[in-house]
Amino acid sequence: MLRLSCGLALGLLAAPAALCTAAFADEVTSFMLDNGMQAVVIEDHRAPVVTHMVWYRAGSADEKRGKSGIAHFLEHLMFKGTKDVPDGQFSQIVEAQGGYDNAFTTDDHTAYFQRLAADRLELVMKMEADRMRNLTLTEDDVTTERQVILEERAQRIDSSPEALFSEQMDAAQYLNHPYGTPTIGWRSEMEALTRQDALDWYGHYYAPNDAILIVAGDVDPAQVRALAEKYYGPLAPSDGIADRVRPAEPPQLAERRLMFSDPNISQPYVTRRYLAPERDHGDQAEAAALVCLAALLGGNAQTSLLSRALTFEQKMAVSAGAGYDPTSLDDTTFGLYAVPAPGVSLATVEAAMDKVLDDLLRNGVDPAQFARLKTQMKAELIYRRDNVGDLAEDYGAALTSGLTIEDVEAWPDALQNVTAEDVINAARKVLDRRHAVTGWAMRTGAEEKLP
Amino acid sequence: MIRFLFAAVFCVFALPAAAEVKIAEITSPGGIKAWLVEEHGIPFTALELRFRGGTSLDAPDKRGAVMLMAALLEEGADGLDSRGFAERREELAARIGFDANADAVTVSVQMLTENRDEVVKLLKSALTNPRFDQDAIDRVKGQIQSIIHSHAASPDDIARETMDAALYGDHPYGSSDLGTAESAAALTRDDLLAARAATMARDRLYVSAVGDITGEELGKLLDGLLGDLPATGAPLPAPVTPAFPGGVTVVPFDTPQSVILFGQPGVPWKNPDYYPAYVLNQILGGGGFTARLMTEVREKRGLTYGVSTNLVNMDLADSWQGSLASSNDKAGEAVKVIRDVWADVAAKGVTEAELEAAKTYMTGSYPLRFDGNDNIARILVGMQMDGFPIDYPAHRNDKIAAVTLEDVNRVARERMRPDRLTFTVVGHPVGLESTN
Repeated sequence: MLRLSCGLALGLLAAPAALCTAAFADEVTSFMLDNGMQAVVIEDHRAPVVTHMVWYRAGSADEKRGKSGIAHFLEHLMFKGTKDVPDGQFSQIVEAQGGYDNAFTTDDHTAYFQRLAADRLELVMKMEADRMRNLTLTEDDVTTERQVILEERAQRIDSSPEALFSEQMDAAQYLNHPYGTPTIGWRSEMEALTRQDALDWYGHYYAPNDAILIVAGDVDPAQVRALAEKYYGPLAPSDGIADRVRPAEPPQLAERRLMFSDPNISQPYVTRRYLAPERDHGDQAEAAALVCLAALLGGNAQTSLLSRALTFEQKMAVSAGAGYDPTSLDDTTFGLYAVPAPGVSLATVEAAMDKVLDDLLRNGVDPAQFARLKTQMKAELIYRRDNVGDLAEDYGAALTSGLTIEDVEAWPDALQNVTAEDVINAARKVLDRRHAVTGWAMRTGAEEKLP
Repeated sequence: MIRFLFAAVFCVFALPAAAEVKIAEITSPGGIKAWLVEEHGIPFTALELRFRGGTSLDAPDKRGAVMLMAALLEEGADGLDSRGFAERREELAARIGFDANADAVTVSVQMLTENRDEVVKLLKSALTNPRFDQDAIDRVKGQIQSIIHSHAASPDDIARETMDAALYGDHPYGSSDLGTAESAAALTRDDLLAARAATMARDRLYVSAVGDITGEELGKLLDGLLGDLPATGAPLPAPVTPAFPGGVTVVPFDTPQSVILFGQPGVPWKNPDYYPAYVLNQILGGGGFTARLMTEVREKRGLTYGVSTNLVNMDLADSWQGSLASSNDKAGEAVKVIRDVWADVAAKGVTEAELEAAKTYMTGSYPLRFDGNDNIARILVGMQMDGFPIDYPAHRNDKIAAVTLEDVNRVARERMRPDRLTFTVVGHPVGLESTN
């Protein structure tokens, strides 16, 4: 993220279990410009506000080896200026309209957004189109901003033992795929990123045929289309955009274990991540089953299986949970964690965690718990309509992860159609420790050894 | 019974970029007041309750009791134990959250229209007859202890707690509302009952609702939900004047970046200087890149990822505070730049162009906040707690627009106190030593 947002929550898991992501079809329309830029319009006429977003199918997992952090660095530099909107004026102009703008980078995408009064849509669209092709960068911009991203790394990663450990877990998880490299970059490589690196990245990926426009709010789809044709339409496509084929994971044959200690870890914990399939175009059933599995195992602090067994019945853990983010271009992870109660060893709590998994596989899914989960997923469809900004993010993340609008619209049904048997089958396949990394986080001086 | 009073006050406001938000003040047949925005487009309702006082009402030797009590409200009530309560909430697909902060116990609810009565029944049981079972108390205490231990190893939390202790001393604002490991461990079920009696009463209750519900339905709902709560709770603590002596407190801590908090005396809501100070803060340390501090500390020098300041108006104290993190070898320079900016703005004021940019941003962005039923409900309950009139949203931008360069620069001169700007730094900042 370009700008600091308060309360960075670095959880023990990579991502929460998303229960549902979709709108009602009549609120969502889409079109494609001749130059290959895809657009999605989500209507919500309750307030005259619009969110305008451009997502690029370019994330840190698309970086060349040795250039880690360049996707995120370029995200920062995109606010520096163009000939028409120089000297960091982009944000000033948005702010002068009472708007808010920011950007974010992940493994699979980089996205820019503005939120402001709906009648100012044209202004931000014009500026966003301008900086898609016309960025100018000085050496000074690059030198100062490199200090900023190093400070960002210091704040978000290096000052947080949990974040450092998570970075090590990811690196151990992927033997070959670039998801093992942190989005913000390894410090030594970040320090060496140059203006030319940034311009190379920009020239290759920042083009209409690699971008997705998402407009959500009090807008008329026909008017959005007219504006998009006017501002994005004339931009030349890049001829360098190829299919996104990243280095693939070889078969994972060996369980990995990490023993991490840091003086600033006051509360030890165990976490495990299994390599897991993600939503694929036309084939979302297994990912939907894993979403259900994560919710049943560790979704709610009172009713989920891990909480009930470890926290309530055995009183072995302060807390325990599971998480899975199904939206990703390539294979993602399914995570578990447990924080032992005082006096309980990591080995003990990990064994108890494994027993919960075994019991689920042996006994099957509790029908009452499963029915409650389905009810909540259905209700989520209603609650989600209250925030079109979240819907816009759902579409953006999906469309930059190899999915289509049809896939997004089919997702709620995919979730409702999951059977108890599907959950158990997915669990049997994914919960295989040969594909997993298990980590113990401990305080320096109070390390525990494997039994 | 007296007939239900509907829409005693009715306010409609429309801003350049705002939809018409119709806020009605209703009074239930039983006399409970609430602000309501009817929005029937989506079949659910957001309900927000606030009980003024919050963790400030902890008895001196029972620090952490109100927080623990609030955390236990969802851990079983009437015939349902912790798990039974959570399962019922799942069956109803209701979102119910209980929390506490220094000024309030908060209850946030989102419920579908189709089973609203059932959700209210469940919620009422949590509000009026929570079980506080011993095994739930022990379990949640363990979770809070775990957080307390984590705070002790977190530079952000160490900085916050050090700063608050220096500012507020023995006042409840001066210590973590989780309590200490010792005070939290010693809390008993009786302490929780006392905390509940002190904080959750109708004489300090504020209510807002936004969504698929009429005034009449809301009135009945509130009487059923809240009518059985006790009429009065404990008296609120006295206001406190935060101590800003100037100088620096360094807490040595092994971490690559120093966490830096700073502050000086604030400006109360109701003071005539408030709006000029609010605009001045936007220019000085508002979130955007254009703010003076962001420009000088990040954009020109790359000393931080982000720096911002806020006028902090709590119920019982006002201050003006900011924060940033900066690598240890740059922290001394960052502090110097902040001091220089503070002194420069106090002495020379800001420019007409900065003022206009800030006013345009602040007036333009205000309507964007009224987005989503849950957001609107939170804003409305906050306005009531802060004592704003129901038509405040219609006039708030006029107050910003009326601020002149003369006002801002006078307030900068009179209210910004470089000599009292006080820093708390956690880390190993190069070139900084404790003076306090």
